[in-house]
Formats: sequence, C-alpha cells, structure tokens
Amino acid sequence: MASRSLAILVIDENRIRASIIEAGLRETGHDKITVVHDITGIARTIAEVNPDVIVIDLENPNRDMLENMFQLSRAVKRPIAMFVDRSDRASIEAAVEAGVSAYVVDGLKQERVKPILDMAISRFNAFSRLARELEEVRSELENRKLIERAKGILMKSRGLSEEAAYALLRKTAMNQNRRIADIAQSLVTAAGLLGPGEDQ
Amino acid sequence: MSRPHQITAGFMPLLDSALLVAAKEKGFAESEALDLSLVRETSWANIRDRLAVGHFQVAHMLAPMPIACNLGLTPLASRTIAPMALGLGGNAVTVSNDLWAQMEAHGARPDLDPLAAGSALRAVVAERVRSGHGLLRFAVVHPHSGHNYELRYWLAACDIDPDRDSEIVILPPPLMADALRSGSIDGYCVGEPWNTAAVMLGSGRIATVKAAIWRSSPEKVLGVQAQWAETNPDALAALLRAIYRAALWCADRANREELAALLAGPRYIDRPVDWMMPALTGDICVGNREIVSIQDFFVPLAKAATFPWKSHALWFYTQMVRWGQIRHDKSNEAIARDTYRPDIYRATLEALGVALPGANAKVEGALKTETPVGSAGASLTLGPDGFFEGALFDPDRIDAYIAAQARRKTS
Repeated sequence: MASRSLAILVIDENRIRASIIEAGLRETGHDKITVVHDITGIARTIAEVNPDVIVIDLENPNRDMLENMFQLSRAVKRPIAMFVDRSDRASIEAAVEAGVSAYVVDGLKQERVKPILDMAISRFNAFSRLARELEEVRSELENRKLIERAKGILMKSRGLSEEAAYALLRKTAMNQNRRIADIAQSLVTAAGLLGPGEDQ
Repeated sequence: MSRPHQITAGFMPLLDSALLVAAKEKGFAESEALDLSLVRETSWANIRDRLAVGHFQVAHMLAPMPIACNLGLTPLASRTIAPMALGLGGNAVTVSNDLWAQMEAHGARPDLDPLAAGSALRAVVAERVRSGHGLLRFAVVHPHSGHNYELRYWLAACDIDPDRDSEIVILPPPLMADALRSGSIDGYCVGEPWNTAAVMLGSGRIATVKAAIWRSSPEKVLGVQAQWAETNPDALAALLRAIYRAALWCADRANREELAALLAGPRYIDRPVDWMMPALTGDICVGNREIVSIQDFFVPLAKAATFPWKSHALWFYTQMVRWGQIRHDKSNEAIARDTYRPDIYRATLEALGVALPGANAKVEGALKTETPVGSAGASLTLGPDGFFEGALFDPDRIDAYIAAQARRKTS
C-alpha cells in the first residue's frame, strides 16, 4: 500500500477498553496509535501527534471542549471537521449506539476511515458485552455467597440440615414472590442486626 | 384510548432541566398520554448526536444550540427547531476567592452588580498586564451557549476584550468548581447548581448573575428534531402542554421544596438538596454566608418565560457573528430567525387559554419596568428586560447592531 499510514489518537478513560481498541487497530495494520486516558494537556498531545483520526468514547464529558478545540484549530494544525461521512447514516447510528465517536481530518477519504470506525464500533460493542457478562457472573457469585451464608445461619439457629435450610429459603422466596438471593440478603441483614456472633 | 406517544428526551444535570423533570415526575406528561423517558447525558455533543440519530426526539438544549445546528456550525447536526423555551435566567459568574479578593480591592461589592464587578475586573486585568501576570482564564460550557455570549457581553461592555484580555475555555459544568479550586481557571459562567457548588465548597464567590447582565434573558430551550416534529405534530403538542403545566407547577412557591428534592435525586442532578434552593428561591448565597436576593434569578413561567421569542434567537445570532463564529448575511439571519417557532407554541397553547404575547419579537431592553402587554384573552406582564449597561437590541435593525458591536470590539 502506497499511502502513508494514518495517525490515530484514542481518548478513553477506560484503560481496558482503550487497550482492546489499540490491539484491534494494530491487528489491522495501523501502527501510529496514541492512547490517552486523561484529557489534561490534550491540546499539546494533539499538536504533537497531529492525528488524522480521533476516536473518543461518548461517556467522556469533555467532548464539548474537544470539539471547540478543533473548531478554534489553534492547537490542531489541520481542521478536524467531521464525524464520519454524513451520508453514511448507518455507521453514524452504529457508532452512537456503541458509545463511540470519531473525528476525522477534513478531506480524508471515507474508505480509509470507515474500517477504523467499524473496528472501533465492534470493539466497543464487544467490550460492553464483556462488561455485561462480567457483571452477571459477579452478581451470580455474590448471590451464591449470600445464599451460603443464609443457609449457615438457618443451620446454626434452627438446627437444620443444609438441604432443609435451602428448601426453607426456596419456599419462602416462592411464597413471597421474591428471588432466593433477596430472601438470603434479608436474612443475613437481620441476623447481623439481631446478634453478634451469629454470622460475623 | 389510543396508544401513548413515546418520547425520549435528553437532558444535562442542570437546574433548568426542572420543567422536563416536573413534566415527567409530576404526571403532566402521563396525563397527556405521553410515555416520556428522560436520559441524562454527559455532554451537549452527545445530546446533539443522539438527537441527530433519532435516539432522542427532543432535548433540553442551550438556547443558541439549535441555531448553531441549523447554521451547520457543529458536526453531525440535524435540522432542529425550538418551539418552546424552558425558562429565563438561571446562570451566574463565579470567580476564585483569590480573584474576588483582587476585585474587592478595586471596589467590587457582594451585591452582584455587573457594572461594579466588571469595573473592578477591568482594573484587575490592567494590573495583571502591568505586573506581567498571565491572562485570566474563564470557563464556559459550550461555544454556542448563553454562558459564552453573556460572559463575553459583560466583559466587552466593561471594556475587557474577551479574546485579547482573557482566555475563554470550555469545561463541563460538574467539573467547574474543581477546576476553580485547583487554580486551572480563575472564573466561570455556568448554570445552577454549579455556582452554588463552588460557594458551598468554599472554592469561589459569585460575582454577578445572568439575571443582572440581561434581565429576563433566554437560557435553555426545548430542542426538537425537525423531521420528527413534522411527522408527529400531535405528540409534540401534547409535550408542549405537559411542559407548560409543569412550568405552572414549578412556579408555585408551595412546590419549591418538592422540586428541589426531585432535582437533587440520583437520576437527575444527584447533588445535595441545599444546592438547589438558591436558584429556586432567588436568595443567592454569594459566598461567606452573604445572601443577595435576585427575585427573577430563574423564571420558569412568568414574563412569558416559555415563549420562544424570535428576538432571542436573533440576539444569539448577532453574538455568533460578533465573536467570529459565522459570517453575517441575510440567509444566515433567516436560518436563525426560523429556528425558533412561536407559531407552534401559539397554535398549541392558545387552546389552553395561556396568555400569549401580541408579537413574536420584541425590542430587548425596551421595558424598564414590569409592563402589562396586549395579549389574547388572559393577562400577561413582561419585563423588565434590560441589558445592564442600558443598550437596546432591536431585531428589525440587526445590521446596525452588528456594525456597532464590531466597531466596539476593535476600538
């Protein structure tokens, strides 16, 4: 490929997500990548890196500041003027949906930019999926721990077997139309309030 | 009954999201058969983008923002209209304790008077030039914001050139008080509760307020995606009625504490209730436990506070020209004028018996006192609506206004 490789600046406070994007960009042959987690001093970074494409997450509250900087273009040598090609509505929607935004140097050909944005979108989506799954696993684990503790309290205070303790929790949950983990949580809280030594 | 209209509105955590919050939380939207969702955002850029891609149909918007969108001044702008305003006033200028001490030494008083504060600031600026100190740095929330234009207007009217004698940067509202404390800025202009935040945290003083720089001045509007408005006129009308009823509720003194508690909640501004009260009562704690009463600090209803005046749109346009954001010509002027849609407001609210102004534009600064105005049916009073230094803005004489301001800036 004859054309010069693009300088890409990734701004993301989330370090894990930023490194996932960086890895994706490197895999697709981009090597001029700068990753920034903190917006402080961003004007200098932009002047140094002179990026062709800036990728930023939509959670970042500093987008207004960045856009203003591009418009003043004192810090930036070339005007960074557009999101992606305005005619490409689908990819704009996909980007906003995924929570990522991109600024592109005016005049850069869309076929050079689109793969970068597409990659960022898919990595952002993959990251959200991962984060969601992790959260599910984490809360599942916490629920299990809670249920274990609640069972322990019942076994100790009412002399029940493990199976009977679990059956009691399950029955109570069904009767009250609540989740077992919620019943376990109430029991653990109540036990904590009622007496020292029960559970702690 | 037909299925409810679903509307998703973006908003920023600011006190003047009150009308939208009350429309949702107090059931005004629901009784109009609207399923209204409010989504808190982290930047105005997000609000603009999500309106453009259709995630939001409407949004809490900086009053100049729909104009900037239609003039093509921002990336990814979609055609946006403003059929309703979300109140008047609500901003203040906060300075660091250090800068306030310097201003006090030059005659600034804790009375929020823009003229006295501005003269003192000019003396401080001159002193800093003599002693070789750097420029004062002020923050505003967005280049196309009432904050940016009123701060610049105030500075310029006090003979401080905002670009030559100071530096104006952009910061998100919730970060302002911290930036002030850390010394990375010397002052800022922002909506509430982010001025009160600095006072409560002891990191700044309120020097003056929007309601004193330009009384009865516009701040936020309901920005509506134009295409959605055209295809869903009934849903839009229902929303305007709901917001108007919310404005009535917000304006009732008896509801202040409940409104403050609502706004302070975790889904909205997520800050202490105490921080909401100054803007709602007009008793502004300027610092050091000193309270100054500004009756019309934030006006949710009175003085036609939800009416989208064309003269407001045009004034913002003149300031865009003044500060080099756009070139003045008749087609740009028409775009600005057509962005605000009092026709939709009238057509919708007339049926409710709402007091409507007789005209769609007025000479800003003409009313020195509260004045009853001819309106269809019900009674309505407007004003006072003056600029602090006494200037007038006549929307029929835009060229002259722009020319005069251009001369002033270079003098």
